[in-house]
Amino acid sequence: MSETRHIQPAAAQHSWRRFKSGAMAGLLFVCALLVMAPLFLVLYFLIREGASALDWNFFTQLPKPTGEAGGGMANAIVGTLVMLAMAAVIGVPLGVMGGIYLAEYGSDRANDWIRFTADVLNGIPSIVWGMVVYVLLVVPFKTFSAYAGGVALGLMMVPLVMRTTEEVLILVPQGYREAGLALGIARWKIITVIVVKTALKGIVTGVLVAMARVAGETAPLLFTALGNNFWSHRLSEPISALPLQIFTYAISPYDDWHRQAWAGALVLMAVILILNVSVRILSRGRKFK
Amino acid sequence: MASPSGDPASRVATKAPPSSGARWPDISFRWLALLAALTTAALIVLVGWELYRGSRQAIAQFGLNFLGSSAWDPVTDKYGAWPFIYGTLVSSLIALVIAVPLGVAAALYLTEMAPLQLRQPIVTIIEMLAAVPSVIFGLWGIFVLIPWLRDHLFVWLKHTLGFLPLFQGPIYGVSMLAGGIIIAIMILPIITSVSREILRSVPDLQREAAYALGATHWEVIRIAVLSYARRGLFGAAVLGLGRALGETMAVTMVIGNRPVISASLFAPSYTLASVIANEFTEATTDMYLNALFELGLVLLVVTILVNIVAQLMLRTLSGGASGKVN
Repeated sequence: MSETRHIQPAAAQHSWRRFKSGAMAGLLFVCALLVMAPLFLVLYFLIREGASALDWNFFTQLPKPTGEAGGGMANAIVGTLVMLAMAAVIGVPLGVMGGIYLAEYGSDRANDWIRFTADVLNGIPSIVWGMVVYVLLVVPFKTFSAYAGGVALGLMMVPLVMRTTEEVLILVPQGYREAGLALGIARWKIITVIVVKTALKGIVTGVLVAMARVAGETAPLLFTALGNNFWSHRLSEPISALPLQIFTYAISPYDDWHRQAWAGALVLMAVILILNVSVRILSRGRKFK
Repeated sequence: MASPSGDPASRVATKAPPSSGARWPDISFRWLALLAALTTAALIVLVGWELYRGSRQAIAQFGLNFLGSSAWDPVTDKYGAWPFIYGTLVSSLIALVIAVPLGVAAALYLTEMAPLQLRQPIVTIIEMLAAVPSVIFGLWGIFVLIPWLRDHLFVWLKHTLGFLPLFQGPIYGVSMLAGGIIIAIMILPIITSVSREILRSVPDLQREAAYALGATHWEVIRIAVLSYARRGLFGAAVLGLGRALGETMAVTMVIGNRPVISASLFAPSYTLASVIANEFTEATTDMYLNALFELGLVLLVVTILVNIVAQLMLRTLSGGASGKVN
């Protein structure tokens, strides 16, 4: 093969190489399109199947008993919001304080280890979180609960918030800290009042992205929140969530439930996309390249 | 011969604890921050310990046979993990075969070819893809992907490649291949974005040198960029593998959930994460629950090992990259 190429005249060989380069460029472009295609395919079907099933009842009513048409996912929407709030209560303080430690304290060596464990923690499958929280909170209290679901989601948020907090704190100019030190302000005050405040937008961005990420999680809720077809009056009761309800309806044999699953998925996706887009607008100052 | 850290000197200076007047609010704030930072390590230990505790009976009963046995019978209380391990490995492998070339190619397009004003929109779209929840991919998989695979792609594969054992046997739709494809879609964003980071860290000097030798655009990518970034791209693939192994909801919804081992990719299968998701709340006996915990432990150990390998590969690359050139 290479021998035949060698006896070709230089010009012919050059045009062949040019052609090959162009062909590969086209191929890479097609691959980039293929990577993006699933997003549009999913969004297209979400809107096509979900929009028609979406009505006012969806947001205000409880699920109807098996086989009855109509009903909604009001309790699931509230359940998702409740558990997200609880997740934030756990994930944000731990994550932000951890991020502060990484950015402001600690030796480089120790921090490398902490970052490493945070990344490994981030890679733990979400279903495993469900099992662990089941042992820690469901078994001792003998009931599935909103608490358990919130804790599972909150623990998943910790490494996400920690890493983004560290990233934005490092961007705060050193001069700000030095100015504080020169004025004799205590370090913890410099960090909370000057550094964190300067980077607050970025920290909020990181928190919202982490919340958007766990809002769609189903696996950690299966054995913690469990799901509920009715309103949960106490946080110590099983509670529904949008992803759980979508899952239950999607694998059911009923057409009407399938329609509801699409509607639920459309709402969930809309919430997640809105969170992500608003975050992008919020952090517009920090663009790449 | 740079300083051991990549930090600018000024940052190191202000990082040192204040020498004078370290009062208690300062000290306690620092300790609080340290405690929060250490929760990551504590959580890893906690997760491992709880899964081990939950599976002790099964470990004592079945020992190492658990990993190799194909029994899964709650009635006689005999359990083995092999069909699930097999299903997890093969579906993840299919996902990698699809997602790694596509993801790396897309990353190459983004860093080497795309017009500058197109780059940010494409990156945003890929980030949005990463934000789609697993359960929504599963829903889409059941009602859109599976019917299409069953009626078109699988039929075509059977026609053209049917001589391979991989593409023989009855077509149900739900299958190992469908599971692999849905996982591939879900790990594409992380493989693409990590690959892009790697490729962006390739020094321009590499590219310029290749251009100076008269290389075409593609030859520059092949000779200067890809060979330089090979190790990091491998790390990106391993990171994708870590995600693929633990994928739960979407896979559960399309893989068929039957613990069978078949040469055909059209046959249903079952993964570690799926069997836990499906059977955990139905586990009636202690041993059943223990066996499920042991499956979780296997999954945890494998994903942690894979993630450690990935992080090490990506880290040594970014650490060595600055010193290695020139």
